[in-house]
Amino acid sequence: MTKRRIRALREKFVLITGRTTKQAIGMHKGKESEAYIRAVTRVDMSDHDMDRLGINEGEDILLYTLEDSIEAPVFKGNLPEGMLFMPMGPVANRLVGVDTSGKGMPSYKGFLVEVERP
Amino acid sequence: MSTLIENAVCTFCGCLCDDITVEVDNNRIVKTKRACANGRGLFMEYDATPRKPLIYGKEVSWEEAIAECASILENADNPLIYGLSSTSTEAQKKAVELADRLGAVIDTTSSVCHGPTALAMQTVGEATCTLGEVSHRADLLVFWGCNPAVSHMRHFSRYSLMPKGKLVPNGRKDRSMYVVDVRPTASSKVADHFIQIKPGSDYEVLTVLRVLAQGKKVDADQVGGVAIEQLQQLVDRMKGCRYGAAFMGMGLTMTRGRDINVRELFSLVSELNKFTRFSVIPMRGHSNVAGADQVMTWQTGYPFAVSFARGYPQYGPGEFTAVDLLARGEVDAALIIASDPAAHFPRGAAEYLEQIPTIVIDPEKNMTAKAARVFLPTACCGIDAPGTYYRMDNISIYARPVVASGRPRDEDVLTGIMEAMKLC
Repeated sequence: MTKRRIRALREKFVLITGRTTKQAIGMHKGKESEAYIRAVTRVDMSDHDMDRLGINEGEDILLYTLEDSIEAPVFKGNLPEGMLFMPMGPVANRLVGVDTSGKGMPSYKGFLVEVERP
Repeated sequence: MSTLIENAVCTFCGCLCDDITVEVDNNRIVKTKRACANGRGLFMEYDATPRKPLIYGKEVSWEEAIAECASILENADNPLIYGLSSTSTEAQKKAVELADRLGAVIDTTSSVCHGPTALAMQTVGEATCTLGEVSHRADLLVFWGCNPAVSHMRHFSRYSLMPKGKLVPNGRKDRSMYVVDVRPTASSKVADHFIQIKPGSDYEVLTVLRVLAQGKKVDADQVGGVAIEQLQQLVDRMKGCRYGAAFMGMGLTMTRGRDINVRELFSLVSELNKFTRFSVIPMRGHSNVAGADQVMTWQTGYPFAVSFARGYPQYGPGEFTAVDLLARGEVDAALIIASDPAAHFPRGAAEYLEQIPTIVIDPEKNMTAKAARVFLPTACCGIDAPGTYYRMDNISIYARPVVASGRPRDEDVLTGIMEAMKLC
């Protein structure tokens, strides 16, 4: 019952993953470096969505897909409403499914995630 | 005393900038000129000090490590060789030879970047050109689903937007730039026109552009969140330019539709050649991923996803691609060369690498190497090893080393493994 209530409160977003400058530079420092981990453990959200959901910058949110869930701080990004962006890397990839539609390529961009506050 | 080395090749991304100046002091790069932030990171953070290989995290001799690799690969029923995008074509050729001898599956990082582009190319062909032509001729640039300001930082200044070319003597002033993407990016900020489409609507928008390019009407007000009038303006500009160049990235290949998105763009570009000269270049990410496609195609007939299990090359995207094989648990050993699938594959595929004996050949102890049974720390091409690379427009560039190395090259290690194998 509790689970059902929490699920109902989740917001659906489209997640895009991609390269960022900080992620690429962090990679040269090593993928266990603080710079890299900080660069790939973040979610960008539009101003409008943050205001609508009452989320403050730097606050952690939970992202769910059928694959897994992750927790990461949210930051204001220049994005359309209903879209999230995460830097490519091991954190975002926990949410990516392995289905490749018979082409070898997973959907790293434009897949649905559910968002909830911890 | 420091030494200046001119015209070094940066082997980070598919731009392969070959005008970098590096300052070397005590066999360490201390300064770079003209390199972007990514290139600087590659040159400055790399330490060419020879390191010993590891088996289960413990240092061993090269002979022991190579013998262990040979044993793992010989005893596997269905080994996977994967990666290859950040190593030289010389090493890539050796990897294909090894796959052939083992009856292994060989796949490259193309499968998770421009694999769908290769599928589209095989269907409708590719009207393409070199970056030299773009810099000297192109007066219209269209960037679709890519963000070179972040991923290929010198693309604008060196090849596409800014250069003063023979037929575009005023550089930026003579060029017009469009960006099509699902979100505003650093690249869209410098564009003359930004067309923001809805996520997952690339195929529909491109199909409408093809219809409009043929002079037909569309019975709709908008598609993919974009007004038809705006798309008509883009088509008019495309048909009216003197020389157009489209660049496409993973906004097309990693999203719904994958290869059919790319097919529509490639078809549009081909059809535009009825009106003007138009080309398309995929924005290849890793430094030699284009070379991996080249070598795989020379040696096997196919660009990626090839199985030698039957004694001859079989092509199978979706069947012999690394993510699918690992997710289904269909391989029993893996040799990863110059890539880091543990960091870049979906968790459901990456985790399987920890369940099978995995060998990593790479200059850096990356995430995959940390969980691998054997790690072989090799030299980095363009820094302490020479090698041939292919730029994103398939121009080959020879990268000279800029520091001395005591590390073996990737191709040396692969040759050593083949010599240590008892089979064949």
